[in-house]
Amino acid sequence: MALLTNFYAFLFYFAAFVLVAGLTRKIIQYAVTPAPLKIPTTPAPTTRWGVVLRMVREVVLFESLFRGNKWTWIFGWTFHFGLFLVTLRHLRYFIEPVPFPIQLIQPFGIYGGIAMVIGLAGLWSRRFLVDRLRYISAPSDHLMLALLLGIGCTGLLMKFAFHVDVVEIKTFFQGLYRYDIQPLPADPLLLLHLLLVALLMIIFPFSKLLHAPGLFFSPTRNQVDNPREQRHLAPWAKRLEH
Amino acid sequence: MAKDTFAVPELTPYTEIPKIQPGVMAHSAPFKAKEEFQTPLGYPGELVEDWQQKAIAKMGELLGKYRSLRVYLDACVKCGACTDKCHYFLGTSDPKNMPVGRQDLMRKVYRRYFTLAGKLFPKLVGAVDLTEEVLNDWYSYYHQCSQCRRCSVFCPYGIDTAEISMAAREIMDSIGVGQKYCNEIIGKVYKVGNNLGLPGPALRDTLQGLEEDVYDATGVRVRYPIDEEGAEILLVTPSADFFAEPHIDGLIGYGKVFHEAGVSWTLSSYASEAANFGMFIGSYENMRRIALRIREAALQLKVKRIIFGECGHAWRVAYSFLNTLAGPWDFLDPRYPVPQHICEFTYDLIQQGKLTFDKSENDDKVITFHDSCNVARASRMGNVPGGQFEIPRAIIRATCNHFYDMDEDTIRDRTFCCGGGGGLLTDDLMELRVKGAKPRMDALNNVMQEKGVTHMAAICAICKTQFSKVLPYYGMEMDQVLSLHQLVSNAIVLTRRTADDDEAQDGLDDED
Repeated sequence: MALLTNFYAFLFYFAAFVLVAGLTRKIIQYAVTPAPLKIPTTPAPTTRWGVVLRMVREVVLFESLFRGNKWTWIFGWTFHFGLFLVTLRHLRYFIEPVPFPIQLIQPFGIYGGIAMVIGLAGLWSRRFLVDRLRYISAPSDHLMLALLLGIGCTGLLMKFAFHVDVVEIKTFFQGLYRYDIQPLPADPLLLLHLLLVALLMIIFPFSKLLHAPGLFFSPTRNQVDNPREQRHLAPWAKRLEH
Repeated sequence: MAKDTFAVPELTPYTEIPKIQPGVMAHSAPFKAKEEFQTPLGYPGELVEDWQQKAIAKMGELLGKYRSLRVYLDACVKCGACTDKCHYFLGTSDPKNMPVGRQDLMRKVYRRYFTLAGKLFPKLVGAVDLTEEVLNDWYSYYHQCSQCRRCSVFCPYGIDTAEISMAAREIMDSIGVGQKYCNEIIGKVYKVGNNLGLPGPALRDTLQGLEEDVYDATGVRVRYPIDEEGAEILLVTPSADFFAEPHIDGLIGYGKVFHEAGVSWTLSSYASEAANFGMFIGSYENMRRIALRIREAALQLKVKRIIFGECGHAWRVAYSFLNTLAGPWDFLDPRYPVPQHICEFTYDLIQQGKLTFDKSENDDKVITFHDSCNVARASRMGNVPGGQFEIPRAIIRATCNHFYDMDEDTIRDRTFCCGGGGGLLTDDLMELRVKGAKPRMDALNNVMQEKGVTHMAAICAICKTQFSKVLPYYGMEMDQVLSLHQLVSNAIVLTRRTADDDEAQDGLDDED
């Protein structure tokens, strides 16, 4: 029993470290790589504020995807928004006391979980049904969806079919903050759920999940359309001038 | 010329998404550049010995220089939103012409050499070594991208296949695998000053001929000056404007607009080319070298403003990159943006009521407008986002009575490429050009059937040349494509300015 608890404690320390360190490394890499030319996809905003608004629309509404493919948008947006609600709901395991808005969101988190699974199922079926998507899918693309779907389904099962002791789970995670390892309920469904989540955290910085930070660094979306007004020169390009 | 060996696609009311046919366009590759075209650009003359290592090293260098490349190779989730957006995929059915399919040709190599997952589990993430087979695929398919950026409009992360195509071409050039058409042309710019290799005397001759033609047709002395020091405006225009049809009618139109504006202007024999093929091959250095010629010409001729003629990618390089590549432009008149597009100039005059048009001169035509991709998706006109869509249309409405847009899904920022951009306007790629034009031809054909459209106006030299060539493949006439400023030229009412004009008028009166 202690072995299992210790394994999961170590796993989550490791996963959290990989996630944070890996993402930080990638974000720094994106940030320090220059964008030597102005390449916003037009019609592009001509002010910083306009760009902020454009990014908000992309992040919250998936504006470009909406124009690109309605089915992918429906499933993709359902999945992501569901995941967002689920994440908010799960904050209660990691924060003490639980803030009022998080208490309010609890029932919506359940719907979020359902939406997430439906969205993922839709996205995955498209990978089989549409010949163009079948062509571009690598094994990792399928595995990623399987992983997320596994997380969603185990989560829902714990909610609706096989209940687990959430108080003990919270104690376990609160304990991790203080390096005070508390026993984790040896519930197979819970252990599977947590294992998949840890795996997701570990592969995040090495996978296509980098689309999350990547979007913010995409020059076609984050640049202000003002090349005539302001000279835009990358450091390496500046050296050519001497 | 050899007979074409491919089937021309049949036009359909709506461009349908084809079932994928892997490999059907693998054979399509442009002629390779020989040593004489490679060396002037700073590239090895033939495939270097340790090409694989060199290519990977170059890719590493570019990953450190271009954030776009790094982010775009990482961020794609294979959602598929781009898969039905490329005109080359729609026209050929080859899945490597789907934007994500094209990107993956580089992404799988990137994963193998630059990512942990690709180093440890290549099969799992679809990573492969850079083999000769992969290089051949690169050469074929990165030269089946017109860098039109239509895919980037619909990508949730703004992934721009053009950026990846450009990087691929730069990598290939650096190991000695260059494309003849682009690299030969860049060499001509360095040697003679323009893509077509027209020397100064030939240009002067042409322009003199134009003056005479316009005088004969209108009885007004419209000037077409070149190398005139102290002129207010330097006009930089694609060299096709000097001799090709319908391009030259656009050049005639620019001259008439300047005449009516009452401004002094000049062309330059040194910077006698607006196009910048350095962009097509993804070479910052070559793009900069070409752009600097415009700076030198502007300084030499002591002009106050720079205006670009009708050319899509030239306008992208001018609008988006000229300040970066060849600025600062603090020696020019600060009251005007640097540079301006001829459409902005004409539009401003229309707004001020300084131009008079007799629209009935264009009554023999029903017009539609083709948004050129580099203007539509990579640049702007005027001072509000989307000005590049509205300004040309406003000019058309001011000069013509009959104008209809094509289907909403195929215009403005969703416009379809003509099929010949990005350095593909070469006879060795004719199959690709014809098939790639299909989505645009569908939309044009529809508006011809439904609205009785007879002509399509364009503001890009490549579009005009490409359409002149491919329209006949689809049973249309090559002269159905027009320069936008040809419409201006037809309708503009010229003011007589000199005694010479009056004499001519008297002469004409006498004949009556």
